[in-house]
Amino acid sequence: MAASQNDDTWLYEISAKHRLIDLNFKEIWRYRDLLLLFVKRDIVTIYKQTILGPLWYLIQPLFTSIIFTLVFNNLGNIQTGGIPPFLFNLTGITAWNYFTACFNGSSNTFRSNAGIFSKVYFPRVIVPLSITISNLLKFGVQLFILIVFYIYYNFNGFTIVPNTNLVLFPIYVLMVALLGLGLGMIVSALTTKYRDLSVLVGFGLSLLMYVSAVPYPLSEARSKLPAWVADLVEYNPLTQIVEGFRYMVLSSGSFSWFGLLYTFLICISLFFLGLIIFNRTGKSFIDTV
Amino acid sequence: MGVILKVENISKQYRLGTVGTGTITHDLNRFWYKIRGKEDPYLKIGAVNDRSIKASSEYVWALQDINFEVQEGEVLGIIGKNGAGKSTLLKLLSRVTSPTTGVIKTKGSIASLLEVGTGFHPELTGRENIYLNGAILGMTKAEIASKIDEIIEFSGCEMYIDTPTKRYSSGMTVRLAFAVAAHLEPDILVVDEVLAVGDAEFQKKAIGKMQDISTGDGRTILFVSHNMAAVKSLCTRAIVLENGKVSFEGDTDNGINFYLAEEKKKISKDLSTIKNRSGDGKVRFRSFHIEHSNGDIIENVLNGDTIVFSFKIDVTNNHAKNFNIDLGFSIHTSDDELISVLYNSYQSKIINVNSNGEYIIQCVISNLALNEGDYIVKGRIECNKIESDWPKIPLGSFTVIKGDFYGNGNLGFNGKSKLLIKGEWNIKS
Repeated sequence: MAASQNDDTWLYEISAKHRLIDLNFKEIWRYRDLLLLFVKRDIVTIYKQTILGPLWYLIQPLFTSIIFTLVFNNLGNIQTGGIPPFLFNLTGITAWNYFTACFNGSSNTFRSNAGIFSKVYFPRVIVPLSITISNLLKFGVQLFILIVFYIYYNFNGFTIVPNTNLVLFPIYVLMVALLGLGLGMIVSALTTKYRDLSVLVGFGLSLLMYVSAVPYPLSEARSKLPAWVADLVEYNPLTQIVEGFRYMVLSSGSFSWFGLLYTFLICISLFFLGLIIFNRTGKSFIDTV
Repeated sequence: MGVILKVENISKQYRLGTVGTGTITHDLNRFWYKIRGKEDPYLKIGAVNDRSIKASSEYVWALQDINFEVQEGEVLGIIGKNGAGKSTLLKLLSRVTSPTTGVIKTKGSIASLLEVGTGFHPELTGRENIYLNGAILGMTKAEIASKIDEIIEFSGCEMYIDTPTKRYSSGMTVRLAFAVAAHLEPDILVVDEVLAVGDAEFQKKAIGKMQDISTGDGRTILFVSHNMAAVKSLCTRAIVLENGKVSFEGDTDNGINFYLAEEKKKISKDLSTIKNRSGDGKVRFRSFHIEHSNGDIIENVLNGDTIVFSFKIDVTNNHAKNFNIDLGFSIHTSDDELISVLYNSYQSKIINVNSNGEYIIQCVISNLALNEGDYIVKGRIECNKIESDWPKIPLGSFTVIKGDFYGNGNLGFNGKSKLLIKGEWNIKS
């Protein structure tokens, strides 16, 4: 074969070489329609399933909030700074639930899509991205319940007003999504090697909730917990998110621009770390399952 | 037309067994035993632990040093037995996994039909699944939208297109999936065994579509199939894979013959050692094989082809004189159902021998009318009307592959039948 002059203008090469950062954003952009169709599929199939599917979205946060109120506020006597404890808990749980939904969805990527992945190539990251987006629906439904109770309490003698920080709402949602995605992608890469890790992860997730200031305000942790535990809680990016979320919705708790910047940087870094690990695993995981 | 795809020194290595124990508790436990200087606790449980065996047996090369180039507009057939490395090669080409060494360079986009219907969701309607499946295969929404009517028409599922695919029959699902795949417009299309699905009419449609794609649009196609007739009619060039290496590269006809003759090296077994046989033993079977009309020894035969049954016999009687040999053979399915028996006497063919020695008796069967499947051959010899040899185990076996029985490329009935017939068709009024 005579070498023609355009011999080196290859569209792409498939080889064993790995660069550390091998992200092809152009390619992900080219598959944006697939991303939207996956989102559509997730949403449509939820509605075509049993009635309990969407209902579970309502039951789970309501019951968790009731239990938290009974245990932590009534029994444990945790002060919520003038905010009705139920509403306080519901707010925290709404933010927390979006995180766990993104995290769980992303961390199952390889195991639940092994069939598709072994047959067709497309940027694997499309799957966790689509899960994160379609979970926004669930988040929206839970946000709606929050608003209902918000109005209910305002009609019943409480004056709860949102903060001007509410303009930061999209930033907070983005941070939750990035954090859930990032951690989820790291775990999904690990679970292809260690299948029993998912049990550990489920346990770890419920522990994580307690050091993320979901059922109590950060100020209570500062005043009642040993200093090192309080530090642990405060520098947990999830605490910053939950506390910041409550601050803008309920005007209770604390907020600092430094905390926001710190959290944002951590979320971004974890997201990119997850993306790199995820991509490396995606190239060869079919050989190990 | 230049080189569109270049495969250079591609090798793929798989590691046998599991890497680690697969669970974190086991690996932690193993680590803990190791720290205390005890032996690996899981060595006793598992039959084989890959760490205890030397490296040589741990790895297997699914592909080794594969090199080939594909010209633009070419339809390249990839032929090989199961386990020859075809699927691995396709997986590499479609980027599902990456090679251990080497590089694949391409100037065009590659889309694969490794398995049609990937990502079909039973709850979604046919139309929704077309969009989803098309996007998974790399089309944009706009591209699919511009072809949706064509796709629906090609699939023949117009009536049910807005019904969830869980209500489809498996045939309909496959047709819909193939319709989507057939309307992909990659520069290089990788097709694997898709033509094995659907009814005969749809297969014809599918082959026709493939031909349109390759001739009309000048698209490059890599075609992997066991269907030799389809390979023959579609491909301009073929490579044969054998044990992970390219054993043949060249034009299609030679490639197919090479593949069919692959078993040549297998020497037909010695039948004289069979214990379980009856007869006086004056004349005995020595060996048996099937030849292609060009003389190659084969095990895989195409129906419609002319093949030769070749029996080697020993005449060992001291007074061998004027032996009138009547040799018969029977063809059975792999589950021992008798299909046909033929003795040379049936056709008034007289075989006479007058001295001891080795003889080869051949029977030429033209236009083989067996449908695809595995068959076994048994034999019996009479000498001067007295049973001379009747081995109770088969002399050999062969596999029939779909060929060009009707002489026009038509594959015929797709269901299970054993025998093929053809006749003269007339109409009278």
